[in-house]
Amino acid sequence: MKLLDFLKRERKKTANVAKERLQIIVAHQRSQRDQPDYMPMLERELLEVIRKYVQVDQDAINISLDREDDCSVLELNVTLPRPGEKN
Amino acid sequence: MAKIIVVTSGKGGVGKTTSAAAIATGLALRGNKTVVIDFDVGLRNLDLIMGCERRVVYDLVNVIQGEANLKQALIRDKRIDNLHILPASQTRDKDALTQEGVEKILIALREDFDYVICDSPAGIERGAQLAMYFADEAVVVTNPEVSSVRDSDRIIGLLSSKTRRAEIGESPVVEHLLITRYHPARVTGGDMLNLTDIQEILSIPLIGLIPESDAVLRASNQGVPVTHDQKSDAGQAYVDCVSRLLGEEVPLRFHEIEKRSLLARMFGGGRK
Repeated sequence: MKLLDFLKRERKKTANVAKERLQIIVAHQRSQRDQPDYMPMLERELLEVIRKYVQVDQDAINISLDREDDCSVLELNVTLPRPGEKN
Repeated sequence: MAKIIVVTSGKGGVGKTTSAAAIATGLALRGNKTVVIDFDVGLRNLDLIMGCERRVVYDLVNVIQGEANLKQALIRDKRIDNLHILPASQTRDKDALTQEGVEKILIALREDFDYVICDSPAGIERGAQLAMYFADEAVVVTNPEVSSVRDSDRIIGLLSSKTRRAEIGESPVVEHLLITRYHPARVTGGDMLNLTDIQEILSIPLIGLIPESDAVLRASNQGVPVTHDQKSDAGQAYVDCVSRLLGEEVPLRFHEIEKRSLLARMFGGGRK
């Protein structure tokens, strides 16, 4: 039976996997492209401050800087653990 | 006033030097006075690909440091009169390359030539940054392979921020995508990224597609840029690429599996 599965299994096209992986990593690279040099540091320090009060993961924080004409908006998203959930 | 074109990629081994040599040769064959500069200080190789390694006396760094003038350092190509090579130095340390020095050389070359082709080293260090800094146009060489595509995207980012045009707010560097080592059969088999996928990910216009070809190794073995091998697929593909750089519209070739006739298949049909 295993052998039959093996023979019948359709080979996943590796080029499609490559494309999906690239789309994700390139989107990530681009989001960091125009950001000021202080952003990684700012992100780290903000995370430290939040962690003083709530225990969150590294990926629970999402920070972005959007520029519009003459002003910039710093957007900070933090996913907090559910209340009552022990951390 | 010459146009300055950088041939760059981020990743090494994707065909920057092969492409710089082939494009410079193609532009010169079309009657343009062309010079190709090797920016890979410490690891020069353009001289080998161009077949003038034994005629190198002075190099880029000698000129920057005032030990030789430009005329002494420029090597005239032995096949095409209006093609010149400016080799990189082999021994000096990379800090010998300065922005002021490079600018001086490029300003001088701009007066005398129609095209200045800058062959960038791999990576994103000083040599690569200086090779692209003064560029008007950029040819981003990419293989259909994940690390090459990712690095090309990084380079595209640098082109739009770390160049003179970006810094002084002039019209941006015109970017072109050159896909090399393309293997249509593997694309059809689903094991190689296809050209539309690569274009979609990098979102810059395609200037050429060079198929994986035996002719490229034959060319570098002999020190004759592959553009001279007009019987080969790669040679023809570079000629197409040069025509597009010159603003002509040329249909894409070599991106589909070659349909060979029965006779050709029976007799193995000639060299590629």
